[in-house]
Amino acid sequence: MRRWFALPLVAAVAFAAAGCGGSSNKSAGGTTTSGNSCAKADLNLVNAGQLTVGTDNPAYPPWFGGKEKSPWKVSDPRSGQGFESAVAYAVAGQLGFAKGDVKWVVVPFNTSFAPGPKKFDFDINEISYTPARAKVVDFSDSYYNVNQAIVVKKGTKIASAASVADLKPYKLGVQIGTTSYQYIKDHIKPSKQPAVYDTNDAAVAALKNGQTDALVVDLPTAFYVTAAQVPNSEILGQFPTSTTGEHFGMVFQKGNSLVRCVNQALAKLKSDGTLTQIQDKWLSKVGGAPVLK
Amino acid sequence: MSGGEGRRAILVAVVSTAVFFTLVGLAITHAPGWPEVRRTFFDWGQFKGSLPEISHAFLLNVKIFCIAEVFILVFALLLAVIRSLPGPAALPLRLVGIAYADFFRGVPTILVIAMLGFGAPALRLHHIPLSTTFWGIVALVLVYTAYVSEVYRAGIESVHHSQTAAARSLGLTHWQALRTVVLPQAVRRVIPPLLNDFIGLQKDTALVGFLGSVEAFKQSQIDAAATFNYTSYVAAALLFVALTIPLARFTDWLVLRDRRRRQAVGA
Repeated sequence: MRRWFALPLVAAVAFAAAGCGGSSNKSAGGTTTSGNSCAKADLNLVNAGQLTVGTDNPAYPPWFGGKEKSPWKVSDPRSGQGFESAVAYAVAGQLGFAKGDVKWVVVPFNTSFAPGPKKFDFDINEISYTPARAKVVDFSDSYYNVNQAIVVKKGTKIASAASVADLKPYKLGVQIGTTSYQYIKDHIKPSKQPAVYDTNDAAVAALKNGQTDALVVDLPTAFYVTAAQVPNSEILGQFPTSTTGEHFGMVFQKGNSLVRCVNQALAKLKSDGTLTQIQDKWLSKVGGAPVLK
Repeated sequence: MSGGEGRRAILVAVVSTAVFFTLVGLAITHAPGWPEVRRTFFDWGQFKGSLPEISHAFLLNVKIFCIAEVFILVFALLLAVIRSLPGPAALPLRLVGIAYADFFRGVPTILVIAMLGFGAPALRLHHIPLSTTFWGIVALVLVYTAYVSEVYRAGIESVHHSQTAAARSLGLTHWQALRTVVLPQAVRRVIPPLLNDFIGLQKDTALVGFLGSVEAFKQSQIDAAATFNYTSYVAAALLFVALTIPLARFTDWLVLRDRRRRQAVGA
């Protein structure tokens, strides 16, 4: 007889669990849009009164600058230096935040699009807009139109390649989640399976070791890789992707009303020339690479 | 009377199981985040779209597993034999064996893979393979040799000492006794735990993806990163399960067959 008692107990526990889920549905489900105003007090924020911005650690130039300071490595997003840091603070300024109200959190790329509540208001981490991704998260308008480029070691066989077709026989390396991988698959179609790394550091290490013949990355990063990360390397060229209009956008929780306000801020920064100034200051070297046909 | 009780027990089991899983299912599907989870983990279109490429990448997992398994079986047996060598003269060998097993069971597999995969090619020695998959396999062999040697050793120690003593008294050398008396019994006894370690190895082939090799998990990560949808993870998980379940059933079957045989001999 005793076993019969267990059944209602299990049922009660499970119903309680289901009940909890059901009741919190009303309060947590659907982002609470607090009006149409973009005034600082009306913004939909993770932490009231401050703008929480995510990016990956280490934070690399030219996207981030300044001396590295714990917990950040290589550079410091809080410095306001480097392209993405400067853009984030400019947007924050437009929204009415003082520099001290901007908080940075570490968000690895792989977790930036995880379902569930996000710990950032927006994530700024060289993330390219694609229609498929936009079904899961919201993107801001473009803050940078980007081209992909290819980095090789000087004097290696691949360094004499002159066209996209010449790249076919080589082992190419790429970081996961970048549109570089899609470009390799769709346009270069190499005979060897490209190596795909979790982080750009691993992809860079593989190029250094000769495990890959080349690294496909966005052009500004390519300049940093050749200047600081891989000795004796050069940018073989950039790919003609500008026609497809690839651009970086900040990533938001799907349905977050903050996107509209950030887009307003970006539009203002574009029309008054601030964004161009920031780009000239931090990405001035970018553009001087031959286009591979 | 007892038949009635048996039927009632079955009825209780069926009802409680059905109620339990229905309620768990309801709890999950009524969770506030369920629509989002369903969209990002269980998207049928994504599943169908990503499965062919992930299945193709899974062949690399199978290849890594098959190659690594052969080397592990041989090296682990060698290590186990070294660790069970008798006599004071063999002490340095035993110490090396113990240090090896301690080290490679202590260091996380992913670290061994990362250190070897990025470290060994950086030496730029000639004739050293640069292939990431090669170094991934080497790392798995090193780690699993340590585990599997412990399994073998347990088998060797489970063979009663009197058997060795009897073999030696018949004039067999230590090696002859080991080869013809101890090991055949030891290996047969440890086949189930051995296969258990190989189920672990099948799963750990996914760690090789860390080095850039595109195996099933890496391919699913590529799909997830491209679409921000995790359904491809579910596809990869199903492939791994599809491979490990037959191995698990095979292990059960081997154990059963061995028991029957021994009972037949006993009778």
